[in-house]
Amino acid sequence: MKVAKPNSIAMKKTTINIFGILLIFSLVGCLREEFEDLPRARFSTAADIFTDDFVGMGSDFYFPYQTAKPDVFSVDDNESYRGNASIRIDVPDANDPAGNFAGAIFRIDGAGRDLQDFNVLSFYAKASQAATISEIGFGQDFLGDTYRAFRTNVNFTTNWQKYVIPIPDPSKLLEVRGVFQFAAGGIGPEGEEVGFSFWIDELKFENLSSVAQPQPLVNNGEDQSINSFNGVTLPVTGTGVLLNVDGFDVRVQASPSFFNFNSSDPSVATVNELGEVSVLSSGNSRISASIGSGENEIDAVGSLNIVSEGPFLSAPTPPDLAPEDVVSIFSDAYQNVQVDDYNGFFQFATTQGGAIDIAGENIISYTDLNFVSVNMFNSPDVDASEMTHIHVDINVRENIDPGDFLRLQIINNNGPGETSGTVDLTTYQPLVTEEWVSYDIPLSDFAGLGATNDVDLIFFISDGTISDIFVDNIYFYR
Amino acid sequence: MNSTYKIFSYILILSFGFLLMIGCMDTNELPDRGYTLVWSDEFDGTTGDPPNPEFWNYDIGTGDNGWGNNELQYYTDRTENIHIDGKGNLVIKAINEPFAGRNFTSARITTKGLKEFRFGRIEARIQTPFGQGLWPAFWMLGANIDGVGWPQAGEMDIMELRGQQPSTSIGSIHGPGYSAGEAISGSFQLFDSRFDTEFHVFAIEWGADFIDFFVDDRLYNRLTPEDLPAGSEWVFDKHFFLLLNVAVGGNFVGSPSPDTRFPQTMLIDYVRVYQ
Repeated sequence: MKVAKPNSIAMKKTTINIFGILLIFSLVGCLREEFEDLPRARFSTAADIFTDDFVGMGSDFYFPYQTAKPDVFSVDDNESYRGNASIRIDVPDANDPAGNFAGAIFRIDGAGRDLQDFNVLSFYAKASQAATISEIGFGQDFLGDTYRAFRTNVNFTTNWQKYVIPIPDPSKLLEVRGVFQFAAGGIGPEGEEVGFSFWIDELKFENLSSVAQPQPLVNNGEDQSINSFNGVTLPVTGTGVLLNVDGFDVRVQASPSFFNFNSSDPSVATVNELGEVSVLSSGNSRISASIGSGENEIDAVGSLNIVSEGPFLSAPTPPDLAPEDVVSIFSDAYQNVQVDDYNGFFQFATTQGGAIDIAGENIISYTDLNFVSVNMFNSPDVDASEMTHIHVDINVRENIDPGDFLRLQIINNNGPGETSGTVDLTTYQPLVTEEWVSYDIPLSDFAGLGATNDVDLIFFISDGTISDIFVDNIYFYR
Repeated sequence: MNSTYKIFSYILILSFGFLLMIGCMDTNELPDRGYTLVWSDEFDGTTGDPPNPEFWNYDIGTGDNGWGNNELQYYTDRTENIHIDGKGNLVIKAINEPFAGRNFTSARITTKGLKEFRFGRIEARIQTPFGQGLWPAFWMLGANIDGVGWPQAGEMDIMELRGQQPSTSIGSIHGPGYSAGEAISGSFQLFDSRFDTEFHVFAIEWGADFIDFFVDDRLYNRLTPEDLPAGSEWVFDKHFFLLLNVAVGGNFVGSPSPDTRFPQTMLIDYVRVYQ
């Protein structure tokens, strides 16, 4: 009996403990359920950013763009739409040594705002003279700029007027720190811009019933087909939303993160939440997008139709040559000389394109070709005087018709003393659709070309007979 | 405070409340005109159907000088421009497309010769299009228009609006000596919504010597013969027919801008006539 007592106490304790634990569990269960019913905690839903002073911005909130004039911002106690102060921005002139444009973000110094209850950022603004503000918006925070929205080329007048930046999809904005952003250059012709000032007042988030009819756009609302290759990544661009503000459409540029992206055939191309397309295999895939979810989902106008031709066929790898035996203009095989550009966009030239990266391969892609040149006249002299040949690889991206030609012209010492010569590549070997053809042309074939001690321009000329070509491995050698 | 005072003050408060209510009712209550439904089209057809030909006929083409207003659209009877949506609405769609020398198509239907009314409550539940240059309307013309011409026949605009002012509906009457720019109008503005984002009910209540204009049962204008210019004639004591249309451009609204979105639709949930 004596031994039983402690045991029974122990048992009681155990019972109590088990009961207690069960009680706690059941309570936790209850509490959980209750918590699940509760709305999630939200960040500040405050609306105001600036009334007569900054509201809830903290002390360290002004971050100018790196190349902008930094000290353009002040609070002006002499100008206001309402109350007694406004934000003042002094846009510098073109020759201001501290920077020739004004641009900055206002980022909350601390936790951000929950903007789900709003549909616009609004403010009153005026300028010292009528002026166009290049960019004005919010969401840029220099911490990823995930949800950026801004309007471009907004005209300010000398009178206070109200402006709104529609929010593309407020439901995404659970915590926003970058609450204001602007970029503006001076007024006048490029290089001669004069400075001016503009003022912003009553800067706040609002929910306006006058803002309606959202129409998301991707690829600027255009349906576009793009030929591509496996391994290529490319971004969906031109993302924005049209909103009708009291009868008039306003376009706001919106980060891809506001959108839901979809690929019609993910085995051909995938697209991630940032709108980055990855081409995987040959075939077609239409990349489309929407904003919102459930009942509020709205399809975007515009799309990208990816047409993958399969693996990218590289140009033949050039032979190993001693550095003194080659002067390379464009090749991954050799050290290239400095060039100005691969497409100078000359007057009367229709040619688009230039150097691009296709799945890790550097090539030159020209489209709408009539003539185009690789330019070196502003770069250090390209001396190929010791070389005997020029090499170039050409891949024609279209059907070749009788009469199609592609000329190569070299101009040395561009200007009054220049010499030049031209050959027609097709007289050496025929071009082949979607295949690389290598040309090795003796420089002596370029009739009229003198010394090649200062090669300034290398022209590709088709007069429109051939529109789309890839070019690779342009080099002089001996 | 003792209980007598308490009861007394309760009664006092209640009486004030009652007086306030009476006050409100006194100023806001509309006359009950004892109307009963005499005709309606609820547009409860199958998707893609044209409107009921027993009720509606079409105005086709461009009229004279764009229906007298330099309107830009060509009206058709194609189901691209007008059809039942299968959800209980009639759709009138303005499309930007080259057609018969015009750059826009749309539709305009009337009950002329089919359903004509003299007096009563005429109402429709409508969601409008939006944007610069869009001009939707729900209106009536005097049934004797072919004999006496316009404006002698009379016109009652129950709803028209400018797409660039999507929160403002206008109600007007036109007659001899008070037509077009001199029409007698009133407008109703929404301050917390827009006419293109949800349905609203537009109505007139019309008698021998009055026309009351309503949006969502709110009376915003009453016109009587006293409102006419001195010496002009009240021409609203005869039969009228109904019209529904979406015009593009024209004197009232101006041309669409490059930013105006197309196609644009007007949804009509129902048209009802009570007498």
